Amino acid sequence: MKIVVCVKHVPDATADRTFTEDGNTDRESVDSLLSELDEYAVEQALRVAESGVDADITYLTIGPDDAKDALRKALAMGGDSAVHVSDEDIEGSDAFGTSLVLARAIERHGFDLVVCGMASTDGTMGVVPALLAERLGVPAVTHLDELAIEDGAVTGRREGDSATVRVQGTLPAVVSVTDRSGDARYPSFKGIMAAKKKPLETLDLADLGIAPEQVGRTGARSAVDTAAKRPPRTQGEIVADDGAGGVGLATFLTAKKFI
Amino acid sequence: MAEILVLVDHTDGAVRKPTLELLTLARRLGEPSAVFLGQGADTATEVLGRYGAHKVYVVDAPEVEEFLVTPAVDALTQIAESTSPAAILLPSGPDGKETAARVALRLESGLITDAIDVTADEDGPVTEQSVFAATYQVTAHVTQGVPVITVKPNATAPEPAPVTPAVEKWDVTFGPASAAVKVLSRAPRERSDRPELTEADIVVSGGRGVNGAENFAVIERLADALGAAVGASRAAVDAGWYPHSHQVGQTGTQVSPGLYLAAGISGAIQHRAGMQTSKTIVAVNKDEDAPIFDLADYGVVGDLFKVLPQLVEEIERRRG
Ligand SMILES: Cc1cc2nc3c(=O)[nH]c(=O)nc-3n(C[C@H](O)[C@H](O)[C@H](O)COP(=O)(O)OP(=O)(O)OC[C@H]3O[C@@H](n4cnc5c(N)ncnc54)[C@H](O)[C@@H]3O)c2cc1C
Ligand SMILES: Nc1ncnc2c1ncn2[C@@H]1O[C@H](COP(=O)(O)O)[C@@H](O)[C@H]1O
Repeated sequence: MKIVVCVKHVPDATADRTFTEDGNTDRESVDSLLSELDEYAVEQALRVAESGVDADITYLTIGPDDAKDALRKALAMGGDSAVHVSDEDIEGSDAFGTSLVLARAIERHGFDLVVCGMASTDGTMGVVPALLAERLGVPAVTHLDELAIEDGAVTGRREGDSATVRVQGTLPAVVSVTDRSGDARYPSFKGIMAAKKKPLETLDLADLGIAPEQVGRTGARSAVDTAAKRPPRTQGEIVADDGAGGVGLATFLTAKKFI
Repeated sequence: MAEILVLVDHTDGAVRKPTLELLTLARRLGEPSAVFLGQGADTATEVLGRYGAHKVYVVDAPEVEEFLVTPAVDALTQIAESTSPAAILLPSGPDGKETAARVALRLESGLITDAIDVTADEDGPVTEQSVFAATYQVTAHVTQGVPVITVKPNATAPEPAPVTPAVEKWDVTFGPASAAVKVLSRAPRERSDRPELTEADIVVSGGRGVNGAENFAVIERLADALGAAVGASRAAVDAGWYPHSHQVGQTGTQVSPGLYLAAGISGAIQHRAGMQTSKTIVAVNKDEDAPIFDLADYGVVGDLFKVLPQLVEEIERRRG
């Protein structure tokens, strides 16, 4: 079974993330890493491979040069090879551009199963997996807390907008998994050493037959007008409980008319 | 006037509050038409009309219940192709966002997700979003095709604008079943007597400091005294102390109530992403260095098992 795992290299969420002047995520001033939510996708792919299915796992990322770090981290967790799509013209792509590039790269490689995270930690749209499925013409079994691959189908549990549903789609399919699907493993020292020798292929738009104007800022179908930092919250009154902390809090809440 | 399509979120015809918010926002952009999928349109029509839906397009086909997301995509795309709306609004949430994205792809349109406000501009809708764990506020607009926008709960207060809607039944042609995902079973989210997280004006949340499922009674008691919804940190949810549907944060629910009270929660960035746009924030934590205090309008450094019960007692006393 050919498994492709889509992983994104994102600015560290615990650092101060900002925008560039033209309204894109600033990738220079903050360290980037493998999106934590995509670690769950890596973990699920590895578990499928460990469940006795004869699987070949390839990681796929779109991003600037250092996005390779995300691929190496994933390879250190396990898996076989990686594909890095890098092209200046991709910068500024929206979810449509991103999903186009990912879909072409996935078709080129071949697939039975595509595994994604539930959302990227910087964009947080959570729509790329569904767009991939739409483009590839296969089922989108997304947002799974739990999944199983059996008899050529993927079955899983999903917390939807107003109900928890059990869902099933036949392979080939695109799945996305949540942060409840199972803790991701840490790379071992052996894994980190082995990752350095695993094949990593780099592709550009021409390799995928995509014209530059289909992606990037030119291809984007929405535009940011303004991006303003919210004024940081200011700390109010902090009191140590001297035995009447609850009463003091009640006084504050009464003054604010919550009581 | 330009038609605005609004996808209705409902359970058996009971329309959920965020849909009424969408209808209210849609009226700023044009004339709302509700798209109702599944059973219960008769019950829903009155409510939808009360909030300004001039038309209700009804798709009552079994596929809507049997498959995930794609029937809604087929329906909305086909309705949009023949009505040429000026915008399409959907609720934010996994189902709404995926539907929106696929509709936009098929219509060759642009998409904006998780808007917290939508206003009319001469060139079309302008959206407001809160990004990077709610540290930035972004305005944006769609530059291609029919703007498809998903909106978060509580973006605006629902305002009635009664009309009598024209009801139109639609026969939708559903796409290849091979690319569809079957729904094997469906368990509607349990309804509690407390307000819903996204709809409540006050949220009381507990974290790892609550230290046990049975101790959440302390949080619930305060929530009930204040008429609040109950929230939880991921640490408390992962420990199995409270259901995931109550998780506040990046991978849970994002709330923006008048008052957010965090008890036994440290205030990690992923938790803040779900609550730091609340109007007033109160924290109770044993550790005076807990980062949650940085954003608290009022904080008590102390044991939540002492402070919260005393607060409940005091609320009851003040209310006589
Ligand atoms: C990709 C990703 C997504 C995430 N998404 C979310 C999310 O959606 N929501 C979320 O909440 N977290 C999320 N997290 C987890 C987040 O990073 C933190 O681990 C989590 O929020 C910690 O929960 P906590 O504050 O309850 O626990 P802790 O950080 O352990 O804090 C517990 C606090 O309780 C205090 N305390 C203990 N006992 C008492 C007492 N008796 N009285 C008063 N105070 C007491 C302690 O001083 C401490 O400050 C996510 C993490 C990742 C990596
Ligand atoms: N640039 C990218 N490279 C590889 N995978 C991506 C990229 N962007 C998004 N994805 C995948 O799509 C998922 C959802 O992303 P998003 O829709 O941007 O929130 C992520 O968890 C990844 O699995």
